[in-house]
Order: sequence, then structure tokens, then C-alpha cells
Amino acid sequence: MVRLESRGDVSRAWSLLSPVVAIVLTLISGVVIFSAMGKDPGLALYTYFVQPLTTAFGITELLVKATPLVLIGIGLSIGFRANVWNIGAEGQFTIGAIVGGGIAIAFHDSESFLLLPVVLVAGVFGGMAWAAIPAFLKTRFNANEILTSLMLTYVAVLLLSYLVHGPWRDPDGYNFPESRLFPDAAMMPVLWEDSRLHLGAAFAVLAVVAGWVILSRAVIGFQLRVVGQAPAAAKHAGFSQNKLIWFALLLGGGLAGLAGVAEVAGTIGQLLPSISPGYGFTAIIVAFLGRLHPVGVLLAGLIMALSYIGGEVAQIEIGLPAAVTGLFQGILLFFLLGCDVLTHFRIRFGAPGRTKGG
Amino acid sequence: MTTQSDGIAGNSSEKGVSTGTPLLALDRITKAFPGIVANDSISFRINPGEIHALLGENGAGKSTLVKIIYGVLGADSGTLSWNGAPTTIPGPAAARDLGIGMVFQHFSLFEAMTVLENIGLAMNDQRDMAALKERVIEVSTSYGLPLDPDRHVHSLSVGERQRIEIVRCLLQNPKLLILDEPTSVLTPQEAEKLFETLRQLSAEGCAILYISHKLDEVKALCEAATILRGGKVVATCDPRQETAQGMAELMIGQKLTPTKRDAGEVSRTDRIMVSRLNMISEDQFGIDLREVSFKVRRGEILGVAGVAGNGQTELMSALSGEILNRRQPDSIRFDGLSVGALNPTERRALGANFVPEERNGHAAVKDMSLADNAFLTAATRLKLMASGLMRHGEIRGFAGKVISAFDVRTTGVDAAAGSLSGGNLQKYIVGREILQEPGILVISQPTWGVDAGAAATIRQALMDLARRGCAVLVISQDLNEIFEICDRIVVISEGMVSGARDVDAITVEEVGLLMGGLHDLADAVGSKGRADG
Amino acid sequence: MDFVPVILTVITASTPLLFAATGELITEKSGVLNLGVEGMMLVGAIAAFAVASTTGSGLAGIVAGAAAGTAMASVFAFLTLTLLANQVATGLALTIFGIGISALIGASYVGFALEPLPKLAIPVISDIPVIGPILFGQDFLVYLSFVMIIAVAWFLSRTRPGLILKAVGESHDSAHALGYPVIAIRYAAVLFGGAMSGLAGAYLSLAYTPLWAENMTAGRGWIALALVVFATWRPGRVILGAYMFGAITILQLHAQGWGIEVASQFMSMLPYLATILVLVLISRDKTKIRLNAPQCIGKVFHAAH
Repeated sequence: MVRLESRGDVSRAWSLLSPVVAIVLTLISGVVIFSAMGKDPGLALYTYFVQPLTTAFGITELLVKATPLVLIGIGLSIGFRANVWNIGAEGQFTIGAIVGGGIAIAFHDSESFLLLPVVLVAGVFGGMAWAAIPAFLKTRFNANEILTSLMLTYVAVLLLSYLVHGPWRDPDGYNFPESRLFPDAAMMPVLWEDSRLHLGAAFAVLAVVAGWVILSRAVIGFQLRVVGQAPAAAKHAGFSQNKLIWFALLLGGGLAGLAGVAEVAGTIGQLLPSISPGYGFTAIIVAFLGRLHPVGVLLAGLIMALSYIGGEVAQIEIGLPAAVTGLFQGILLFFLLGCDVLTHFRIRFGAPGRTKGG
Repeated sequence: MTTQSDGIAGNSSEKGVSTGTPLLALDRITKAFPGIVANDSISFRINPGEIHALLGENGAGKSTLVKIIYGVLGADSGTLSWNGAPTTIPGPAAARDLGIGMVFQHFSLFEAMTVLENIGLAMNDQRDMAALKERVIEVSTSYGLPLDPDRHVHSLSVGERQRIEIVRCLLQNPKLLILDEPTSVLTPQEAEKLFETLRQLSAEGCAILYISHKLDEVKALCEAATILRGGKVVATCDPRQETAQGMAELMIGQKLTPTKRDAGEVSRTDRIMVSRLNMISEDQFGIDLREVSFKVRRGEILGVAGVAGNGQTELMSALSGEILNRRQPDSIRFDGLSVGALNPTERRALGANFVPEERNGHAAVKDMSLADNAFLTAATRLKLMASGLMRHGEIRGFAGKVISAFDVRTTGVDAAAGSLSGGNLQKYIVGREILQEPGILVISQPTWGVDAGAAATIRQALMDLARRGCAVLVISQDLNEIFEICDRIVVISEGMVSGARDVDAITVEEVGLLMGGLHDLADAVGSKGRADG
Repeated sequence: MDFVPVILTVITASTPLLFAATGELITEKSGVLNLGVEGMMLVGAIAAFAVASTTGSGLAGIVAGAAAGTAMASVFAFLTLTLLANQVATGLALTIFGIGISALIGASYVGFALEPLPKLAIPVISDIPVIGPILFGQDFLVYLSFVMIIAVAWFLSRTRPGLILKAVGESHDSAHALGYPVIAIRYAAVLFGGAMSGLAGAYLSLAYTPLWAENMTAGRGWIALALVVFATWRPGRVILGAYMFGAITILQLHAQGWGIEVASQFMSMLPYLATILVLVLISRDKTKIRLNAPQCIGKVFHAAH
């Protein structure tokens, strides 16, 4: 009989090891899945995880995909530490894109160097405003933020659909549901020639640094950690739970909004009905995979970005369906959660002792 | 007659009530958890109808042992015999089938359900609820523990909830009834009623295993006692023939130095003034505070005596600032300043410190380091932060000072709070507050679940603090503690507080009556002997 | 205006919500929060569609749907009850995984057509105007959804196992101290929830719109979760809530016919906005929540041995 025995403390070794073990197990699952689909597992794994990294363009694409994941992931990880479950980052991303993109479209003739900063700031505020709704509902009405933020995601995506099909449809666009192209003045500067790598990546790195400062040095980071682990202790210490909920959601919303506007003003260049392959949800996995730690989030963002790129390459090269990416991500999170048990417990074999007769 | 036992083979030093087969015999029972051997080769016997005490201070292994007897835990090695036959008890249902009933210290009740449902859930087999209801009424009344089967548990007092636990057991016609620290939640009068019930059971042939660290009770009630210390049996005796002092020393293993209560300089300056405090509890099942008034002077320790669940938690929250009183901010004053509308940080800035009842999750965060836990309350007064950033060097320095000043056994300032024993964590928490040199300290259940050594350290520290001019308010369920360290005493009952009395001018019985809610007594008698308040 | 077709569409829109909420109600009553309802529904939908398509049997499809939902739930149960993983994160993982695997398997079924589930047309009775088709002309699953919620209501309020389940959700430590197998009971509750979610998905792909499309649940799983809160964990209110939401979802289909000139996207937003509104209204009443919510919901249970 196998049972779990509490360690009494957190095993630091396993905290670092379990993501690695989870990744390995996911790769093994990949082999099984690819074989079941009739594809050569070795080739599939190579195409998925190695090939994208073999060209300079591949690496810049990796960073392009990682940018929104890291930006959103940092915001989410800080929120999760405070037990604030912002599941609606996808919606905040969308609204950030809408607000920032809206400004870019409104000033589509402008060449002012101020346009891009204004667009970016607008995107951040858009995301924050969308996150402010669940924050308000939770602090004022005790409404669960998981459900409210998630419902708002559906609303945001529908809003985007309405805008690009209707009032913001490009008049010169042959009736396709898409907005005008943004003017050059509203586009993110490119960091690497002949690639799509833009300033957003620099913001992502800044976010990692800021996240680290907040969590390890700042008083508010400490307060967030306490309120997540022991709300009664936070209250006793005089920390305002409401203020921390607002902070966590606004931070997450702001970063998601930034990711959204950076994506449309950097990678895409206009508003479309679909501007995200689920970054807001994948970022949740990124946050967990990164152990809710800023540096971990950076690494996890790169790994998850690889799963997106790999999926695209595999789709083209060996005909793997796009849905496999989502499948892998889910499996990875499962293994991660499963391996995590070993950080708090150890495995013991044999039945627990029982008083014996005779 | 006491015998020291090395716990290897059961000794035959029973006082000879019955030399027949013991009802329950434990032989070399051992149980270990990570890092600690809770029960080390324990052997003893209980005879039918015997009232047997299991004595030991907090952490000696009593709860673990009875959980093994009741089947909740399994021993690692050793034998358990019932009526002479070696038996295995794989779970509580099996224990109940044998005729063992247990009343836990922490009740296993379902608050949102009725008394009848709670009792029904504790029975092994399907019961006709109507018939069960009849039996509940019959049994509870005949043993002096009346219960209304249709009331919801959340509406009952702690003493009434304990009755459910006891009646649950009695309905199964137990041959052995185990009670784990039953009187910690009862007034002295309720405890006396409980003893009558237990004597009635014993006369009917039911054995009682009575776990306690309260020696006067054990002397009053029990015929035999087994004393545990550090997981081992250190003595078996007849409490009626031993002195409380003697048994205490066996429990602790060394000579006791009683804490010295210094009459000291008590000035006439009021530092804590609570006048007509009214507060609705945040908890649906909590107690509202009503017209609470008392004062604590510079250099004085005022004790708030009361059984759990009478508003102590609410009082603590009102004083610490966790619950604000914006409508009547003047109802609480510290050093003359109205603080009712101030939050905990602001109250700490004025020189007040607080220690709430629950160390895990309220006073401290168990997964955070001791250094981080120090920052929780010391940040403002000791200036442990600058421009929004934490000053880690200073924080660790302070934490280190607390550890050495209060003899906290730990690996260092980085150790997780949860890795400390109850006593050490409590010393750290109390030390964290005292080393901030407060002018006002409000502390709730200072030594609950704490070993005797740590308890003595804490009580002495509180008295020393008072002597330095601090006004100390101690909320405690332990009457002995209050009489030991406090100068004056008030009693809290159902959210109301009695007038203050000098500790030397009131007896335990009178306190008990006040706890039970006879406030007329306080008004009638108090006007004669009241110091002030 | 002919109300009968409207009511009929309300019934079809509400049935998946009723199934899923019924299952989640039992799960949450035992103290477990399973956020993976959306994922379980999708897996149930594709399993039902795939099997019904291949075998030609609607019944086989229904069984497959329930089985698939149960299988998903068993993964969740293993992770959260045996490996003690965080319930919120695991539920999310289940949804993400469910979306992925259902899309993967469903890729080969997009565009297939299927015969919708037959209505249980009882001769003569179901020809009675108005009540006939509404009460007696539904397909098997609709009747099953009502049977299930009524059975659950009876189970919780009148049976001993139901009382034990509620006790486990109220205080798992007390239940354990009394000797009840907390983990086993929770496994059963979670698997039941999975089966129900699977049936909800099966209904969507076999009866509501007899086809498969990626992500076809469109958030119904999340709405079902909100429903359970709205119902303050009481079965009677679950029926009410499911039908209210079903009605709102249907509104957009009929709006144009009724001359309401609003862009379709805004009509589509209604169910989600309504969910938020309902959550806010219910969550404000802390007393009611405290008295009806299972106290242990979401907390990890680990018994010392």
C-alpha cells in the first residue's frame, strides 16, 4: 500500500525539480500520442521542440510568442500568490487591444511620435479597466472573481467581433471583418531586422524585473503573499485585503492589456476577430510552471512559446492538427500538479502500523 | 502510593478495587511521527467502572494515545487488549462496536445541521430517526445533560455542544468513555455537573478515561492516574492520595518554581479605557458585544475570564482594530486617545501590541520564516521598512533578538514558523510583541496548548512587562492562570462583561457563577468589594 | 405570437445547464470544487457524437458521453483527492485539456451530420395542443435531466448517504473523526459530476445541435458553475436557474423574429452578463451563503494515518 506522509515543511529541491519532471513526462506522453496518430514520434518531437530553434527567425518568433505569455504571466503569478484568481486575462488582453487599437485607428493619418506611447498607455488602461470590474464586484459584493472575470472574457471577445464586423470595419478592406491597418506611427519598433520581434519583448523583461522587486523586496509584495497564505494574519497585521485585491487585479489587467495592445500594434498591425491563440489561458499555465516566481515565469513563458511555435511548424511540416498544442499544454499542467504533491509530502510504502492481536 | 514505572511490563500497583481482568490493557504501545516519538512503549490498565486519569502537560502524548485506543490512529507497535483478549481496532466504528466512546477536545460536529442529525451521523447503523429522537431526549435528561434534538448546532453554546458529544457516546451504551480535556470549555459549575454525570456512569460499571492537565479536578474525580511525560509513562498513582504539587512535578519532571506575582506599583492612570462598547459580530454564529466597559491601569494586569465562545474573539478584534467601530470611536481609548476608528497599524503606531488566540494563521503565517513573521507586526514601530521596501537586515536582526531573549528553540530566523513546536512559536509571537516595548498589550489565551516551561516563561514575561509600566489585558479560559498573574479580573459571558474585582477579593466559585451569566451577582456583590471599573 | 416553439427551445437550451449543474451540485456538496465542467462537457460532446456517428445509435452516444465525462472527472479526482493538488488549478487544467483533446478528436468529425435524438412521441397525448409537445414530446435526455435533479433532491434531503455527503462537505475533519471514508465519498461525488457533465455535452452534440464544432459549449460549463452558487446549493433553485439561463440564451435566437434590432453579438453577451448579475446578487447575502455553502469547499483533506 502506498501512502503520503506530510513533510512538515516545503521541499525546496522538489519545488525546482517538479517542473522538470513534469516536462519530461509530457514529452513521453507526446511520444505516445504521436505514435497513436501514426506519426514518427522522433520526427514529431524534433519538429515540435527542436526545429523552431534552429534558425534565427525561429528564435525571434519564439520571443515574439513568449512576450505576451511572460507579460501576462507575471501579472497572474503575483495575483495567484495573493489567492486572487484572475482567469479573465484573455478578456483584459482583448480590451487592451481594442482600446489601444481604437486610438490607432482613430488617428490613422497621424505621424506624431506621441501616437505609439498614447496607444500603449491606452491599452494598459483598457486592460486595467476591464479587470477593475471583477475587482469591484469582489470587494464590494463578494462575487467570485474566477467566474466574473471569465464571463467578461466572453463579453470582450464578442465586443471585438462586433467592432471588426461593424463600425470599425476597414472601408478599403473588401468587406473582410478586419479593421484598418494601423499607421506606422502607432506600430511598435522592431528590435531585430527581418523579424517580427518588437519592443514588447523589452517590456516583458522589464516586467520580470519589476515582478521580482515587488515580490522579494517591496512591502506590497509581502502583503500579497500574506493575504494569499493567511488572510486572518493579513487582517491582523493591518493589511487591507480590499486594497490588495484591487492591486492584484489591476496589475494583472494592466499587464494583460499591455500584452494585447503590443500584440496588435506589434505583431498583427490591425484588429481582427481573433487576436490571440489563448494567451490569457496559457499564461495561467506559465504562471504555475514558473512556480509563481518571476524568473520561473520567464523560463516557463519561453517553454510554452515553444509549444505554440512547434505546433505551427508541426502543422505545416507533418500535418499535426493545431489542437495538439492545447492538448500538450493541458497534459503539462496535469503532470505539474501531480508532481507538486512531492513538495509537501513524501511517499511511503507499506500499511501504517496497527495494534496487533497476540 | 506512587510507583515509578519504566513502562516495560505493566506493574500491579492498582489500588485494588478490582483485581479481575482489566477492561483495557495497553502493552508497550509506540507511535512515532516525523521528528517526534509521540508514544514510547506505553503500558497501563483500566478496570471496569474505574475513573482513570491520563495526566501530562501539553505535548506529552495523551491525545495521540487515546486516538490509538479509539482507532483513529494506528500504533506502530505494541498490543491492545480488551477484556483480556488482544484486539485490533482498525477504526472508530470498530471501537464503538467494542463499547468505547470518545469525547474529543475538538468537537466533531456539523454546525449547519441539527443535534439529531449530528447524533445520527455518529451512530454505526441505520437508525429510525423518530426512535432516535426519543432516545436522545430520554438519555440526555436522565444523565443531566438535556438536549433539544431539533436545534441547529451553531445556535448552541460550547457547553451544550459538548453534551451532544457525550450523549452520542452514551447512546451506544459504552463500557469505556474517554474524555479529552472536557472541562477546558466549561464553567466551574458546569464542570461539577459533568463530574456528577461521570460518577453516575462509573457506578453503572462504565469505565472513564479522563485526560487532563488540571490537577485539582483530577484529584476531585479520579481514582487512578497514569502520568505521561515526553511520550513515556513516568508514574501511576492514586490522585486522591497525592498532592497536586507532587503530581505536577512528575508531569514536568522538575521542581516547580511558581511565578512570582509582584504587587508592584500600580498607578491610577488608565491606559486602556473601554466604555459601553457595542459591536455586532462578523461571524453569523458569533456573539455580539454589548455595553462592554472596563479600564486597565498603568502597571496592572487585568484578566478577562470566560469560557470559549462568549465574545472573546470579538473583543480581541475590537481592541486590535481588526474590526472598526466608526459609529462609536470613543468607546475604546488608548492613553486617552480615541482609537475605535483606527486600524491595527495605526493602533500599533500609538504603542499598543496584540496577540490573538490562534497562533497558526492569525498571529503568524506558518509557511513563512520567523523573520517575515516579525515584520508582520513590528514593521511600523521598529521602522523595518523604507520607501515601500523591506529592510531585510533590520528585520532579521530583530527576529534574532526575539529568539535569544525568549529562548525560542529553532534553527534560526529563516526557519518556517510552522516548524516550531507550539510552545516555541507562542514564545516567539509573545516575544515579538513584548520586545516592541508596548505601553498597552492585549493578549488572548497566552498559554493555550503550550508546554509548562514555555508557559512559565510567557507568564513571567507578562508580569515583568506590567512592572515596567505597561497596561496588560489577558483574555484567558484558564482560571488558574488568571488567578496566578492578574491583579484584577472581569468575567465575559454572552458578550457582556462584569464589573472588575480584585483577584484577592473574589473566589473561583463566584467567577464560575459570573461565567454562567449571573450578572446580578456582580452588581449586588461588586458594589461592596469593587476596586474600580 | 406562438409561445410553444419558444418554450420548446427554452427547454432544449436549459437541459445541458441542468445536467451540468446537477452534477456539480453533488460534487460541491461533498466539498470539492471542480472547475473543469467546461472541459468535461466538451469531451462528453465529442465522445457522444463520435460514437453515435460511428455506430448509428443515439443511446450508445449518450452512454459514451457519460463515460467520457466520468473518465475526465477521474483524472481530476486522482489529482486532487489522492495527490492533493490545488483544486482550482486542477479544474482549470481539466478545462484546458478538455478543450484540446476534444478539438483533436473532433477534427475528423467537423461537418458530419447526425440524426437528432428521437422525441419520445407518446401517441395521442403529445398531440394535445400546447402542453402536449411541451410535456410529452421531448427526447429521452430531457426527461432524464428532470429525473436526475429530483433524485438528487431526494437523495440529499431524505437519505442517510445524502446526509453523510453533506457532512463530508460541511466538515471533513469531523466526518473523518467519525470514521467516514471522506476520500471515497468525494471520489463518488466527483465521478457523478463528471457523468452529468458528460451527459450535458452529449445533449449538446446529439440533440441541441446535432453536429460537432470546436468549443461548442461556449462557456455553458462556467455558467453551470455560477448556477450552483446562484442556487445556494439547493436543488430546487438549480432547476429555476437552469431554465432562467436557458431562456436568456434563447433570447438572441428569437430577438430578430420579435423585431428587436440589436447586433447579434450583444444578444450573445446576455447570458454572460446575466451570470455576473446573478452572482453579484447572491454573493451579497453572506448569511445565506454561510448557512448553505459546504464549508469545506475547495479545501484539501489529508488524514494522518
